[in-house]
This record gives sequence, C-alpha cells and structure tokens, in this order.
Amino acid sequence: MKARVTVTLKTGVLDPQGKAIEGALGSLGVAGVESVRQGKLFDVELKTSDPAEAEATLKAMCERLLANTVIESYRYEIAG
Amino acid sequence: MKAAVLVFPGSNRERDVAKALTRATGHAPAMVWHAETSLPEGTDLVVLPGGFSYGDYLRCGAIAARAPVMDAVRAHAERGGLALGICNGFQILVESGLLPGILTRNKDLRFICKSQHLKVERADTAFTRTYAEGQIIEVCCAHGEGNYFADPETLERLEGEGRVAFRYCAADGSLGGTANANGSVNDIAGIYSEKLNVLGMMPHPENLVDAAVGGTDGLALFSGLAKAA
Repeated sequence: MKARVTVTLKTGVLDPQGKAIEGALGSLGVAGVESVRQGKLFDVELKTSDPAEAEATLKAMCERLLANTVIESYRYEIAG
Repeated sequence: MKAAVLVFPGSNRERDVAKALTRATGHAPAMVWHAETSLPEGTDLVVLPGGFSYGDYLRCGAIAARAPVMDAVRAHAERGGLALGICNGFQILVESGLLPGILTRNKDLRFICKSQHLKVERADTAFTRTYAEGQIIEVCCAHGEGNYFADPETLERLEGEGRVAFRYCAADGSLGGTANANGSVNDIAGIYSEKLNVLGMMPHPENLVDAAVGGTDGLALFSGLAKAA
C-alpha cells in the first residue's frame, strides 16, 4: 500500500529557507503571503496490505530516520 | 593512545585528522570503514571527521548516524571511551543521539568558510587539558549547517552541567554579533556528553596543526588527547 509522509519544522524553530522563499515571493510581487515554512514529503510504498502493520512501520521510520524530532514533527497518510 | 578514524561515504577530512593525530601521538590511527561492526581492539579514541557523508541527504549526518559502525561507537562511548566529532562528525553525533540538540542551516543561508576564534570554556577535560580555561584559540570554520539548536530545557542542562566546550567569539574574546556567524544558540561551537567523554564541535582543529599553514592552536587538542590514554 502507498503512504505519504510529511515532515515539517516544529513551531518556533527558525526556518531560514522558508524565510528566503517568503522574501523571494515578495520580490516576485506575489501578494498576500503571510509566511512560508519549508518541509519535506516522502512517498512510500509498503509491502504490507494490513493498515495496522503499515501504521507501525510508518511510525517507526519517522521516529528512527525520516524526522529528527528535536526540531521536526511528522504526519503520515495511508492511501488505500 | 590508540585512535580510530571513521570513514563514511562522503567523508573528506579523515586524512587531515589522521595527520593531526599522527603528529600528536607519534603513530597513525586506524582508518575504519562505516560498514564495520566493531572498532579495533583497544581503541581509546574514535574520531568522526568532517565532510559531506551521503551528500548531506535527508539531514546532515542523518544517514551516517545509522551506519553499522555507529552501534560500536555507541558501545565505546557508554564504556567511557573517547569520541570526537568534527563538523559533519558533530552532525553525525547529534543525529545518532550521542549528543543532544541539532545543527541546522546557518542563519544567513551561506556556507561559512573562514578563520574563527573560539573561547575554551573549561580546561579539565580529556580534549582541552592543554588549553587554559577562558583561552581564545583560532581555528577554521567550514560549514553550511552549523547553527546549533536545542530546546530550552536541554540548553539549560548543558549550561548548568558545564557541557559547553567552545563558544564562537571575536579575537578579544567578546561574544555575540558577527563573532557568531552561523546563529548558534548561546554562541555554542562545541558540546560535551554527560560524562565529558564525547565532544562534538563544528570548527576544525585539525586545520591548525602546522605553523606553515596558519597556526597550531588546533594541535593542542590532539596533544591533550594523546595524553589521555
């Protein structure tokens, strides 16, 4: 089954890349941007078809590698 | 002193570290490939050198921190063995959980490559015994992700337990402002583990081990380590 993992910086953690993108949008004249935070997205294909097993695998991979929970939080969606 | 230098795919400062160690200890360290599952028998010090392990994929040091040899490094550190991580090696140490916090992108997004003064916070550890407390030394910085960050509780613990090893400073020892180019919290350039046997630092002491190439302020760190065992 397929899953999508999103890793984002926790609130309050400085994101200089997001700030630079925010500035670039401003110089492009894209109006109405309050702020930008940059994150990461992983599309994962799992061998299992059992949702509970998939969830356990996703949680383990996020905790152990995909996110550094000192500054990042993660979420995942299992797509049918 | 029996030293081992780890080599990951993308490490690029392992030879400089080996030269510094050879100069300080009188013999060459063992070079240990990341896929090994143990350190050479009797290793006193393991060094994680700088570079760009795994091309900085995912996060700097993240993949290398999960390499087979890191379990051996963890066991070595738990036994009280010495470990030194420089630059990417520091990033690997925080990613592996051997040191707290994380190194994030420099605050102005630029790769910093310059001479840098550091303040030695304490001179009673295996790494700094040949320096004086409060001494200002000059080493080199070369990193894009050296902005040290830790949550307030961790930071308070590090400060309270005297675990800040070095702080970025100006030539006169003053802190803050342009002296802290990467934006590290509390001007932190290096930290110790709880037992003071693991040191991670962003600047490169191994660059300054020969008067012919700019100074020897970094050699003292390796000479100190040579006396440690």
